[in-house]
Amino acid sequence: MLYGFLRNSKVRIGLAVFAAFLLLALLGPWFVSAVLGTTPRAIDYDALGQPPSSDHLLGTTLPGSDVLAQVIVGARGSVFVGITSAVLATVIAALVGVPSGFLGGKLDHGLTAFTNLFLTLPSFALTLIIAGYVQGAAWWVIALIIAAFEWPGGARTLRSQTMSLRGRDFTVAMRMLGESKTRLVFAEVMPHMTGIVSAMFLRACVAGVFAEAALSFLGIGTTGSVSWGTIIAEAQGQSAILNGLWWWFVPPGLCIALLGTATALVNFGIDEISNPRLSAANRKLMKRFRRAARTVQPEVAR
Amino acid sequence: MRTRIRAGSLRYLGRRLGFYLVTFWAALTFNFLIPRFMPGDPAATMLRRIQQLTGQAPTPDQVRSVRLFFGGARENLPAQYLHYLNDLVHFRFGLSLSEYPTPVVDLIAQALPWTLLLVGTTTILAWIIGTALGAYMGWKPGSRFDAIFAPTTTFLHAIPAFWLSLVALWAFAFKLGWFPVSGAYDPDVPYQINNIWFLLSTLEYGALPALTLIFIGFNGWLFTMRNVMVTTVSEDYVLLAKAKGLPTWRVLFKYAARNALLPNVTGLALAIGGILGGVLLTEVVFTYPGLGHRLYRATVDHDFPVMQTIFLLITLTVLIANLIADSIYVLLDPRTRDEG
Repeated sequence: MLYGFLRNSKVRIGLAVFAAFLLLALLGPWFVSAVLGTTPRAIDYDALGQPPSSDHLLGTTLPGSDVLAQVIVGARGSVFVGITSAVLATVIAALVGVPSGFLGGKLDHGLTAFTNLFLTLPSFALTLIIAGYVQGAAWWVIALIIAAFEWPGGARTLRSQTMSLRGRDFTVAMRMLGESKTRLVFAEVMPHMTGIVSAMFLRACVAGVFAEAALSFLGIGTTGSVSWGTIIAEAQGQSAILNGLWWWFVPPGLCIALLGTATALVNFGIDEISNPRLSAANRKLMKRFRRAARTVQPEVAR
Repeated sequence: MRTRIRAGSLRYLGRRLGFYLVTFWAALTFNFLIPRFMPGDPAATMLRRIQQLTGQAPTPDQVRSVRLFFGGARENLPAQYLHYLNDLVHFRFGLSLSEYPTPVVDLIAQALPWTLLLVGTTTILAWIIGTALGAYMGWKPGSRFDAIFAPTTTFLHAIPAFWLSLVALWAFAFKLGWFPVSGAYDPDVPYQINNIWFLLSTLEYGALPALTLIFIGFNGWLFTMRNVMVTTVSEDYVLLAKAKGLPTWRVLFKYAARNALLPNVTGLALAIGGILGGVLLTEVVFTYPGLGHRLYRATVDHDFPVMQTIFLLITLTVLIANLIADSIYVLLDPRTRDEG
């Protein structure tokens, strides 16, 4: 499973891009101060709102900060919120979905209703309202709020997956041997869901980055720290458009889109593995097979 | 037989309705609890902000309505809750704080038609374009068209709507000057529904936001349609239709696409509610005077009564859309009728 997963080129490209952004988030601030020798808030009074040049590879903002430095440091602000919210959302999804699917009964009814309730509520509007009340919160508070409305989809998937695993022969056999329920869940059922959980995690991660960017754009995200969303928000707030400073708001948005594409690629790869009919490689094989069949057929007819 | 099926689907819909009522009640309760459980003294903070915003000390009326909003100290929590529900039942949503004393209902009534116009048209257009293209792509997976479009739409789907709106605004309105930069109608034309020039100006001003939303919106439909289509095309009944020698378009639309359509049809109903997230931010970028822009202004100005009413409105829309989606499902997919 894992081997087939990594052999898929879409998955490999997607994971590579994701890893690159992760690295950028970890090392970005160090890279900016050590290699570029600047900070995202440093002001170059000789270059206010200048287009990309050799001095400032991605140009400068209207107040004279380096856009490249901001985008690199912003990776941390965005990706950290994304990852934190994804970790929280995945944990909640597992805590709600797995017991609900495994134990069934009244507990399952209750937890399913709870999940459906959160699934149906318009999450972005609710996130917006709560974030609006705690304006200017720390980045982890924002991550917490995002996670609170990100988990239900995952919980539903995990529940149905657990239900199917619960009935498999190996779990039944282990239950017959008298394994405890906790051990059954953690040692027998959970390991079979690593694929689903990691896909879920990636998706939640990007959803978190998106939500953070959207909240920052509305001016109610984290204050003080730089993220891709805050860069775009600043550009919009200081009328970058009317001044024609496209290099200010284009790079951070491209970064978000790239990260989103990477996740979509990984998910495609997973879909192709679980549903072979969607696979591009299989289709090529089919085509070759059909062509071969066509060339062979006339001979048979003869 | 027929009556039994009908009773089964009615029971199913009834159960769904019950669930949505509970969800709406939960949303109401959230709405009630959130401001009352905020740390510190939010009422004092808000009064200070109102003073900053208007440059004047808040009037006693204003102080009273702010205090009431966050739960006056005189009543206990259950009493406040009953009070709150009673207000909602009588459609009393309070007064806007940033544009005191305009009733919240008036502000929303001004914004709602614009959003309905923009969201309604763009959602339907994006759905038609995406579904048609997706059906075509899924019909011949691996074709050149499919090979070019599939990665492109993946990328387009991953773009944040508000950022694409910014880029579109910069490129087409500012750089090329093809569209107006902001607003929803020509401010020089009298604001009248029966004035033809006013209507034309709404088209001119709405074109760019609408095009952007369609451009963002159709990718999702294309995806689901394509993937369902790919699996449908290899079904036996499609093969039979082909074997009968029916024209390609007929097999494509009457046999394959018709059956692949189900997820997209129910999705359309859900999208009416769900798309609001993207629309909201697009409206902000284009300063389009709809609900999204109103909500944004309310958040910036800490106008909580407006925020909460818009939230309730969005929730209600989403729930009604869900109920419609469920009903369509019962109509289109016989399997759901047997359930329950």
